[in-house]
Amino acid sequence: MAKQRKNTHLSGRARRENLAGYLFAGPALLGLLLFALLPILVSLAASLTDWNMLTDWTFVGLGNYRSLLTEDYYFWGSVKATLYYAVLSVISSNLVALTVALLLNTDTRLQGIFRTIYYLPTIVPAVAQALLWGWLFNVDYGLFNNILSALGLPPCDWLAGESTVIPSLVLMSVWSCGGSIVIYLSGLQSVPPELLEAVAIDGGGAWARFRTVTLPYLSPVLFFNVLMSMIGSLQVFTQAMMMTGGGPNGKSLFFSYYLYLKAFTDNQMGYACAMAWMLFLLIVVLSALFFRVFKSRVFYESGQS
Amino acid sequence: MKQVSKNDRRIRRICTAILVLGSAVCLFPFFWLIRTSLMDLREIYRQPPLMWSESPHAENYGEIFSGEFPFFKYALNTMKILVPVTVGTVLTSSMAAYAFARLRFAGKKLWFTLCLATMMLPGAVTMIPGFIIWNELGLINTYWPLIIPSFFGGGAFNIFLLRQFIMGIPRELDDAAYIEGASFFWVYWRIILPLIRPALVVVTVFTALGCWNDFMGPLIMLYDPNKYTLALAMQQFSGSYGSNLGVIMAGAVATTVPAVLLFLFCQRYFVNGRILSGMK
Repeated sequence: MAKQRKNTHLSGRARRENLAGYLFAGPALLGLLLFALLPILVSLAASLTDWNMLTDWTFVGLGNYRSLLTEDYYFWGSVKATLYYAVLSVISSNLVALTVALLLNTDTRLQGIFRTIYYLPTIVPAVAQALLWGWLFNVDYGLFNNILSALGLPPCDWLAGESTVIPSLVLMSVWSCGGSIVIYLSGLQSVPPELLEAVAIDGGGAWARFRTVTLPYLSPVLFFNVLMSMIGSLQVFTQAMMMTGGGPNGKSLFFSYYLYLKAFTDNQMGYACAMAWMLFLLIVVLSALFFRVFKSRVFYESGQS
Repeated sequence: MKQVSKNDRRIRRICTAILVLGSAVCLFPFFWLIRTSLMDLREIYRQPPLMWSESPHAENYGEIFSGEFPFFKYALNTMKILVPVTVGTVLTSSMAAYAFARLRFAGKKLWFTLCLATMMLPGAVTMIPGFIIWNELGLINTYWPLIIPSFFGGGAFNIFLLRQFIMGIPRELDDAAYIEGASFFWVYWRIILPLIRPALVVVTVFTALGCWNDFMGPLIMLYDPNKYTLALAMQQFSGSYGSNLGVIMAGAVATTVPAVLLFLFCQRYFVNGRILSGMK
């Protein structure tokens, strides 16, 4: 009732704009309700049951969460594998991407070609990428071990080794970090050259220029890239599904893949929903932590934070 | 002064050399993929490895295109999803972006925050209930679960990206049109859309590539092999034909080439990081 009264006070134009807003945003808002909020509710409800697709839903309270945290043999291992992969992959792919972007920024002539080349690996479909890299990693006939033996080094187990499987998958993720490179590069291009020159005139070397000018100007982009790659890598799935099957000995049993197995192989839908919420919690906690630690250090040109 | 520029030039040359090396690292796996796809098994497993086949032959591709693996059927299946998904995404995400960037409506801030919050939601959370709901509707093993959501906003990231773009367009353009009596739809269709074309191309290409490469969605929603998409079929195929690596590599090439062609065709829009990150 109150709303209606307020509406009558609005001018005709404002009312039409309000209606137009809902018409234009309508599909998206409906999508938000149907394909985000509704699944969230269903998932929350299902996580409190032992539903396995065949029986009726039986309410088990927080039972799924309890057994996940205390009884599930694979749970902590899969959390560990996921965190290990995420940390290693976020650090190495961002370091490589930033380095390549800094190098690209020095060369304006060939920049276009280089940019395309470095971006190309990100276009390869995940399935093709997995097949190709599985072959490159092949212990007996793969390219990488051939290169190692040509250099006189002992062969590596790559995906077949318990300690090498995750670093190998990280190596593959670094190959396709072109998206980050391109974003870093655009960040670098917003660094004002006058400031760099000013530091140089004051006798500052390359490192001083990077630290005092480039890095502050780059910090929003750095923040964005690290956060996005963190959220993405915590959800790593395809590599385990296609290349390792979670092995060897569960060392690459990533959380999303374990969840998929629980849901669609063991049909433990309720349990898998509880797992999905644990993953969400993990992402939220890590993102919040990240915001707390780094947000204050991000420098915005216009002075807002 | 001269000393400095000479020094600079040397540094620049070293940088370029490192970049060339890096490019080689980027491209070598592509080369190795094509090289393997043109070999028979005897050559593939030869030690030490050959850099290039002694008698390159296309039989592996014959196997992919006309053998037991119905490549074109799977590609067509993928297109049946890809085309409507791309249309739906571009249309509804740009509409929402226009509303969020330009129109005042009740609860806009809340809606937009909610929309952005879904970006943090892992796919795993909505995956299982998605399956449950589509299953209840009896639409599992059809393309509808993969298509319909794209007509409802097409993803928070796309909306955010296009909104950033629209906010960069001077409002005076809209206002001038409104004064002349233009409708909201006219402004959206004739002013906003043409001006954000580069961003629309990016959304289109991203959506199309995402669909071409999507493996998780079809994996969960489709179980009839006749309905498989190319990515899913390739994955299943590589499991069952595990031994014939040449054929599998040929399949990987055939799956990759359309994506790479699309990328190269639109790459002048694509490799602009400002568009990709939605940052100004």
